[in-house]
Amino acid sequence: MRVVFVGATQGMGRALSRLLAERGDALFLLGRDEAELARSARDLEARAPAATTVGTAPLDLAGSAGFDAALTAADDALGGFDTVVVTAGLFATQEELEADPARLEELLTVNFTNTVLFCEAARKRLLARGGGTLAVFSSVAGDRGRKPVALYGATKAGLSHYLESLDHRYRAAGLATVCVKPGFVRTGMTEGLKAPPFAGEPVAVAHRVLAAILDRRPVVYAPAAWWWVMAIVRRLPRFVMRRVGF
Amino acid sequence: MTTADGQRNGHGDAGGETTVAGWGRVAVPGREVRRADLERATEDAVLTRGLARSYGDASLPPPSRPVVVASPLADRIVSFDRETGLLRAEAGLSLKEMNRLLLPRGWFTPVTPGTQFVTLGGMVAADVHGKNHHRAGCFGEHVTALKVRTGDGVVRECSPEREPDLFLATIGGMGLTGHVLEVECRLIRVPSPWIVCDSERVPDVDHYVEGLKEAGPRWPYTVGWIDCLSRGRNLGRGILQRGRFAEPDEAPRRAPTPLTRLRVPFECPEWVLGPWSVRAFNAAYYAAHGLDRKVRVVHPESFFYPLDAILDWNLLYGRRGFTQYQCVLPEAAGRGAARRFLELLTERGGASFLCVIKDCGPEGRGILSFPMKGISIALDVAIRDDTQSLVDALNELVLAEGGRVYLAKDSFTRAEHFRAMEPRLERFLEIRRRYDPDGRIRSAQSVRLFGDAP
Repeated sequence: MRVVFVGATQGMGRALSRLLAERGDALFLLGRDEAELARSARDLEARAPAATTVGTAPLDLAGSAGFDAALTAADDALGGFDTVVVTAGLFATQEELEADPARLEELLTVNFTNTVLFCEAARKRLLARGGGTLAVFSSVAGDRGRKPVALYGATKAGLSHYLESLDHRYRAAGLATVCVKPGFVRTGMTEGLKAPPFAGEPVAVAHRVLAAILDRRPVVYAPAAWWWVMAIVRRLPRFVMRRVGF
Repeated sequence: MTTADGQRNGHGDAGGETTVAGWGRVAVPGREVRRADLERATEDAVLTRGLARSYGDASLPPPSRPVVVASPLADRIVSFDRETGLLRAEAGLSLKEMNRLLLPRGWFTPVTPGTQFVTLGGMVAADVHGKNHHRAGCFGEHVTALKVRTGDGVVRECSPEREPDLFLATIGGMGLTGHVLEVECRLIRVPSPWIVCDSERVPDVDHYVEGLKEAGPRWPYTVGWIDCLSRGRNLGRGILQRGRFAEPDEAPRRAPTPLTRLRVPFECPEWVLGPWSVRAFNAAYYAAHGLDRKVRVVHPESFFYPLDAILDWNLLYGRRGFTQYQCVLPEAAGRGAARRFLELLTERGGASFLCVIKDCGPEGRGILSFPMKGISIALDVAIRDDTQSLVDALNELVLAEGGRVYLAKDSFTRAEHFRAMEPRLERFLEIRRRYDPDGRIRSAQSVRLFGDAP
């Protein structure tokens, strides 16, 4: 595969980009911090089975400018990409977001508006060349309105909705959209939070997501147990959700 | 808490108050913070740990600053030369990951400890040694450069040529010269990832030590297991193993896949590794080998990391945890030293499930590096009421023989014993003061043994 990767520097993105590199897939990294991007690119080059170059270009989801320039740089380096992976996103607790309107606005913008705008730009390029795969990390937090993730969950609910529709709309035209719904995964992003049962590890999640990308599955829960957890949570009556704390 | 490898890492939560522990599971109040941006995370920290596989209190924070930074998320390869095997990586890269990635490509760490659940930074800090110490020395001999945030807050690059004092003090310095951020080392080329293992039963400890020394010049890897509960004529009977990497024509063509692992699901009651069960296990293990010398091609994980096959095996030791006692006895003490040590141990009734005797080559360049020319003896001791007096007695014997103990294992040695064993300590402390005038970097162990401020 020839993959454009947004968010390869940390957490699940780091783990998934490594699996791709070890398979020998060509990679191009997009992200905010150019020094970090370069470090991750060198890491991926060392992991590739044969000597290769992993290119990088700046992309900041806090703004909506520069998406096309970044994708053009990726296209030039990869000779036309066929897969786009987006793992980047912000997280903050409900309390932090309620206390800080600026942080809330940034999270809403990054996780929903600008992620969708980026996906639209990438989707157009993929469709123009007959399709490909677009894999985007949403979250189980978007599956049901819940007390502890009212705001973060709303961005992910919107994103999941968009990704599902995109898959319905363009699958026949050759574009597979994979919506990844991680449950709690132990990464730098969740450091310090109390881990619930079924908490996952980035490497195991990455293996599951890679399989879903290769199979072009529209939705993947990771770790797998979260499919069952969310199947139940989605069906709980409202009066129950109002009472419970999760 | 578990790590990326699914290993519990001694990060506990007991009734609201968090605790941290080493592999021996003796916990202190405190907290571990895992960070991918190690350079930033260490700006304000007093200690960094890797995968918390040191047994005692080496990776535990001092009482007044109970937060320890953990490096395993900082695990990127900075560069790898496919021609020469020169590797540079962030300090949290684990040996397990290095082996998974590079062993199939024909590259292996020049020195490996008995577990792959260690980080590069930890391998430097403990200056780990392995079954090839008589050939290759400690890991530190193969390190070419380090990036360290010293106690004065400055991030420095050091090597044998550049700030050599800092470099040599950091190798085997138990993380006390600063936070190790990056490690550069030379890997070795191996003909195949498989091991040719030659093993045989030896009737007592004298034959055992004889066999080790005899195999040394011919075999790169030598190790053995000793039954330390047998007495009298059988004292220290055991199994001696010699190994080398297999040539391509002797090895299976496929790459070895990681072995499946069992997990100890809960903390066991104390009798599980009590004297009777250990005695039964040892007798069975000794008998199972059979009389004949065996030569086999084996999986590298089962040769180098037999205990990694059981995840969380430290839970076998029960609620009170355990300590490992490891000492080196110098060649000058003579070949009877091992027997004198085992006699004292059996006399004190020190039941040990695991007892390993290894051949050691010359002392390494790390200022506080553990091994010296002679033999090293390692044993696990379940913590009981008399553990302190057992360790004291063993330490007195080691002192009399001119040996010393391994800080990566220790949690019971008294400061006065340590100072008597360690004439090199003054030089180490002098270098440390230069880079850390306020004495900021410290651990529970350095408070106990080096006289650091709590």
